[in-house]
Amino acid sequence: MTAETLIWLIPLPPALAFFLIVLFTKRSKTLSHTVAVGAALLSWLGSMIVFVHALRVEHLGEHPFESSINWLPTGDTWLKVGVLVDPLTAVTLFFVAWTVLMIFIYSVGYHNYGQPEGMHDHKGLPPHGATVELHGHQHTVPSVEPLYSRFFAFIGLFSFGMFILVLSDNLLTLFVGWEIMGLCSYLLIGFWYAKNSARDAAVKAFMTTRVGDVFMLLGIVYLYSVTGTLSFREIFTEDILQTLAKVPSGFFGFSAAGLIGLLLFIGTVGKSAQFPLHVWLPDAMEGPTPVSAMIHAATMVSAGVYAVIRMFPLISLDPLTMSIVAFIGAFTALFAATIAVAQNDIKRVLAYSTISQLGFMIAALGIGAYVAAVFHLITHAFFKALLFLGSGSVIHGMEHGVLHTGNHEVDPQDMFNMGGLRKKMPITFWTFLIGGFALAGFPIVTAGFWSKDEILADAFGHGHWWVFGTLAIGAFLTAFYTMRQITLTFLGQARTKEAEHAQETPWTMTLPLVILSVFAIGYGWVGIPEHFPLLGGLVPNWLHEFVGGTLVEHPEAVAFNWIPLLTSLAVALGGLFLGWLTYRNVQTAAEDKLQFPLFKNKYYFDELYDFLFIKPAYWFAETFVHKWMDKGLIDGILHVFDPITNGIGSSIRKYFDLPVINRFFGDGSADVTYWFGGKLRAIQTGRIQQYLMYALVAFIAIGAVLYYFLLA
Amino acid sequence: MVPLSWYLILAAALFSIGLFGALSRRNAVAILLGIELMLNAVNINLAAFWRYGNVMDMAGQVFAIIVFAVAAAEVAVGLALVISVYRKRNTVIADEIDLMKW
Repeated sequence: MTAETLIWLIPLPPALAFFLIVLFTKRSKTLSHTVAVGAALLSWLGSMIVFVHALRVEHLGEHPFESSINWLPTGDTWLKVGVLVDPLTAVTLFFVAWTVLMIFIYSVGYHNYGQPEGMHDHKGLPPHGATVELHGHQHTVPSVEPLYSRFFAFIGLFSFGMFILVLSDNLLTLFVGWEIMGLCSYLLIGFWYAKNSARDAAVKAFMTTRVGDVFMLLGIVYLYSVTGTLSFREIFTEDILQTLAKVPSGFFGFSAAGLIGLLLFIGTVGKSAQFPLHVWLPDAMEGPTPVSAMIHAATMVSAGVYAVIRMFPLISLDPLTMSIVAFIGAFTALFAATIAVAQNDIKRVLAYSTISQLGFMIAALGIGAYVAAVFHLITHAFFKALLFLGSGSVIHGMEHGVLHTGNHEVDPQDMFNMGGLRKKMPITFWTFLIGGFALAGFPIVTAGFWSKDEILADAFGHGHWWVFGTLAIGAFLTAFYTMRQITLTFLGQARTKEAEHAQETPWTMTLPLVILSVFAIGYGWVGIPEHFPLLGGLVPNWLHEFVGGTLVEHPEAVAFNWIPLLTSLAVALGGLFLGWLTYRNVQTAAEDKLQFPLFKNKYYFDELYDFLFIKPAYWFAETFVHKWMDKGLIDGILHVFDPITNGIGSSIRKYFDLPVINRFFGDGSADVTYWFGGKLRAIQTGRIQQYLMYALVAFIAIGAVLYYFLLA
Repeated sequence: MVPLSWYLILAAALFSIGLFGALSRRNAVAILLGIELMLNAVNINLAAFWRYGNVMDMAGQVFAIIVFAVAAAEVAVGLALVISVYRKRNTVIADEIDLMKW
């Protein structure tokens, strides 16, 4: 089997898993998760094989693995769809395959496989415990999720969408994968559909990303109408790029390339939750934690950044678009980081952190730091997935405590109810620490340091002072809130009884944490810049060479400078230290001095959007369309017709139907027949001799007639 | 031999008398008598035509015999019916048997 055939097959196992689970194995939990994890394993295997093959090719960027088929006939030509594995795809495939597999394995433990079913568990609500008899005592233990199989079916479909997106060689199938993931995010955020908050969050996520998707589709259509192709290899050729750069779009002075880039970027703004379409991601924490890890750390939001990276040669043609991209990225990075500082829910902190880190990547792209953005994308996927899965493990541990004490008022996700968990959940603690340090950018031993440092170095080295400054402050806040989170959750003493009774989670949940932490530490070392003091030059900067080869013009590594390195070290270590210092003795939320209402309420953006968009939309639907148009206008017209038709009908009935048809024809013919019958009756006397006489007369008459007509 | 027509006229006369009897007699048995007379008239016709036609052809005689047999059987059945009706309604007058009127 060639590498190209294998590439086509990679998205297949999760799709098959989806159909098999939905159609056949829904009843059996074991069968469903076996099918799902098996499928993830197969795709992982395929991806690893393709990745290894890709590593061996010299200049993969110039001869990528590609294979396409004619799909849509368009007059004389065909729209081709297919697969493409160039260096960017290869590294993305690597982290997608690993994180997807880890999340699938994690989900088995997260949904309490092997536990008894709870007596009061409803489909559509999170499971809340089953009582078992254990040497004479009633114990409440975690119960298995009632909709277990459905979850695996959905994440199977989700992975299918992501693989399609990563492997596609044209914008159309990329968009197909994009939309499949949008659908799955709706299904999975609203997984516990009986909870109103989850339902609302799912709708919000879908609607908000949809806004972005509309613009993206416009961009795709515009691109097709100008160039006649959607295939990446065909678009990124010199002549087409130059044409797009020169043709004005007639819109605020953008060139065609700029406008297309901007429209495609708006799709990413929706999908990757950048400002102003960031509002859906924190609410999306209503979904189960594997969903949050998958969708909002490792795969879906990364897909948005991936799309921008993929279209980089196009976007980079127009400086105005690049500035917008850089601005939104940097702004979002700082904006989200300020909100994260004031959040108390362990998952919300991570959600805003994701938004902020995606802002880093987008800003890196906006200033042209291609390799740095890819680097940060990959490392972020690993450590953010690690952090989300770790938070899920923490929540599980806390829920154990809640079930033990029986006090269901306590929110297992509130960090101020935690504390001291490093003793109760050691594996979770150490892996979460590694993930958190990677996020904060702890030097040398974490992957996050290398990627974040490269972004800062690129910003500084090319003279983008504002971006540099904003990102540096963002990095400081990142380290600060991360250490706040770790301190409140794991360090110190347990603040509630529930935290005292927390337990470490089973191996299906801790194994992925350990594996991901290996990547969170080690992945950074493939991208050590050449002129880094002491360590640079020991290993070549493989990532820069490999990923840089994707672009036609191999980007140059930025020259080494001490200032961004020192800034990076200062903000990371300083933020971590300050976070620990501030929060090591804080016991309740009231003592937290940084709970500014502006941050805590996310700058009131939800309220603003509600006022500007949601309420008018509701008014339009309920009042304008329903009450005025539908009931008033259309029903009004119908009500005018009503008496007219009624009148016509009843007069026809009264003046024609009844007298003529019924009485004259109907009753009349009956009366006539009756009268005739009465008269004719007299013939039948019952006397035989009269009958014989009639027969004789008839015989004579007929005989005479026949004689005269036939014989004479 | 006498002319054929004499036999035919005889048969016709007998037939008419029989017909008249069947149509006008009150008693049911008398009606049956009239019917017998009509059948015998037909027999005379058949025999005459046989004798004055092809004598070698047995068909005429055979037909006459059959008519006799049928007449006998029919009268037997008819008389049985009359007896049955008499036993039920205590009358043999045809005009009084008119249950089948409207």
